[in-house]
Amino acid sequence: MAGILDWLTTPQTIFFLAVTMVVFVSLQLSAAVMVYAERKVSAFMQQRYGPYLVGPRGLLQPIADIVKLMFKEELKPKAADTLLFAAAPVISAIAAITAFAPVPFGASTTFFGLLPEPMPLMVADINVAVLVIFAVTSMGVYGIVLAGWSSNSKYSLLGGLRSSAQMISYELAYGMALATVVMIAGSLSLREIVDSQSGYWFGFIPRWFAFINPISFFVFTVAGIAETNRAPFDFPEAEQELVAGYHTEYSSMRFALFFLAEYINMVTVAAVAVNLFLGGWHGPFIPEAYGWVWFLIKLAALCFGYLWLRWTLPRFRYDQLMAFGWKVLLPAATVNLLLSAAGVLYFGL
Amino acid sequence: MVFDHLLFYVFGAVSVLGSLLVIGQRNPIYSVLALIVAFFGLSGLYVLLEAPFVAVVQIIIYAGAIMVLFLFVVMLLNVPREGASEWDRAHPFYRPWPPRIGALLALLLAAQLAWALSRTPGLGIGVADQRPAVSSVAELGRVLFTDYMFAFEVTSILIIVAMVGAVTLARKRED
Amino acid sequence: MPIGYYLALSGLLFAIGSAGVFLRRNIITLLLSVEIMLNAVNLAFVAFGRQFGTVDGQIITFFVMTVAAAEAAVGLALVIGLFRHRESLNPEAFTSLKW
Repeated sequence: MAGILDWLTTPQTIFFLAVTMVVFVSLQLSAAVMVYAERKVSAFMQQRYGPYLVGPRGLLQPIADIVKLMFKEELKPKAADTLLFAAAPVISAIAAITAFAPVPFGASTTFFGLLPEPMPLMVADINVAVLVIFAVTSMGVYGIVLAGWSSNSKYSLLGGLRSSAQMISYELAYGMALATVVMIAGSLSLREIVDSQSGYWFGFIPRWFAFINPISFFVFTVAGIAETNRAPFDFPEAEQELVAGYHTEYSSMRFALFFLAEYINMVTVAAVAVNLFLGGWHGPFIPEAYGWVWFLIKLAALCFGYLWLRWTLPRFRYDQLMAFGWKVLLPAATVNLLLSAAGVLYFGL
Repeated sequence: MVFDHLLFYVFGAVSVLGSLLVIGQRNPIYSVLALIVAFFGLSGLYVLLEAPFVAVVQIIIYAGAIMVLFLFVVMLLNVPREGASEWDRAHPFYRPWPPRIGALLALLLAAQLAWALSRTPGLGIGVADQRPAVSSVAELGRVLFTDYMFAFEVTSILIIVAMVGAVTLARKRED
Repeated sequence: MPIGYYLALSGLLFAIGSAGVFLRRNIITLLLSVEIMLNAVNLAFVAFGRQFGTVDGQIITFFVMTVAAAEAAVGLALVIGLFRHRESLNPEAFTSLKW
């Protein structure tokens, strides 16, 4: 008993628990921020005001939304499968939050000398981190499929089927893009991948993998958007044809969980892209100890890119989506993988 | 050390209970989900065996791909619960026996396995006692692409054959 | 953890899988039971691989997974084809050699 207490009060354990809490809470907050940003950015692009009544410049709008959702009635279709109907949003949210665990967001730190040895700013430093993220993301599809099936509604079922087909198709290209980065960096640990991108060419071009391998970056971003079911690939919830897709029958906090999962997934994909292709926390002007500032700047830029795409591009047709995934993206990713392999082998990238 | 033993029992219980649920109830969609839970238990056991790559691949391939395929088919066919159809009730004389013989055979197999295990020497040796673990992905890749090169290439042919076969079988005939 | 525990667990899972194959009357559950048996064998391979300090146990696991994937793809295609004919997944519905 005393041993456990000692273990709990070591600086390392406290730091670990603190980092975990910070990541957990900021993921939820990031969803709120993304909701606000989405509404403001879309309003800006459509020459509207967007939310401006609740709080200064409408900043408290997400909180108002959450309060509203909490007081809504929890509805369930009579023919729904009770257990799976309740489990689906939880699976979605858990998969979304867990996927962030192996993502580093700053350089190793001793936290102003409070820790005996430097610890990385991440929840879990796993040496197969890239694969863990891939695995957890692929679990997210269950939440959507089960929601679609258990609702016992045509729109939900179609949304769920579309989404699983879409996620499986794009997962291949996603994996190929990951493989090129792993090959060039020679490691599966995100921390080591980020560290292999430090430094500059000719003193000013950062050694980002996005510059070494732009095709891979493109494939990863496109597949990431498709994986998170965002426009222009938002078929599972295409309003005009499927009402609200897999979450048609959901209301109140269960709906909120799906919403949360979708935005957290966006943030996670963007964070992984920052680590894999944009050099993570490395950047000029800011000392290494405050690298997380660079990380946040890059993350915000990518998230803005997401919103920009959504309000600029029209939705694909479903057959176009499948054709694009299988006939363009996957072959491009495969050829790129072969070329990168040759590059690593003969030129030692 | 004690913690490791505890985790072994937890993950083992998860995989056994999950497997029992797969065969223990009649709704196919719950069977698929129970099997996914069992795979998570096995994945935990692989981590305990210091094979993190296998653990992750287990989740990616089994839980993330194969089981999605199963779920997809169950949803697509809207599979009836077992024992609910007309056909099942049509043969009251014929039905009860094969399952009973089957249960007997399964028991026999379990007994044989237990017998074989009880006669095997060296079962008390700890898995981690004799040699250091090889858990590096680099070493795994090196062996896979040198010693097991031929098997690896044959596997790719197997997958192509399976893919063509699946497409041909599932295609709707025009006649 | 003694190797015997892992082998016992593996044997137990294999027995559960075989019981499923013998007892269930739903082709999809039969396929799932076969997956349980394959996984039981995987567990034994990895446990032995750990004990002997080699990677061979883990590599065999990958091949087993590939076979399982191929088997699932072809098996499920067959299931879809059979279901179109009989509207049932009971293996006893498919006893005739020709229809």
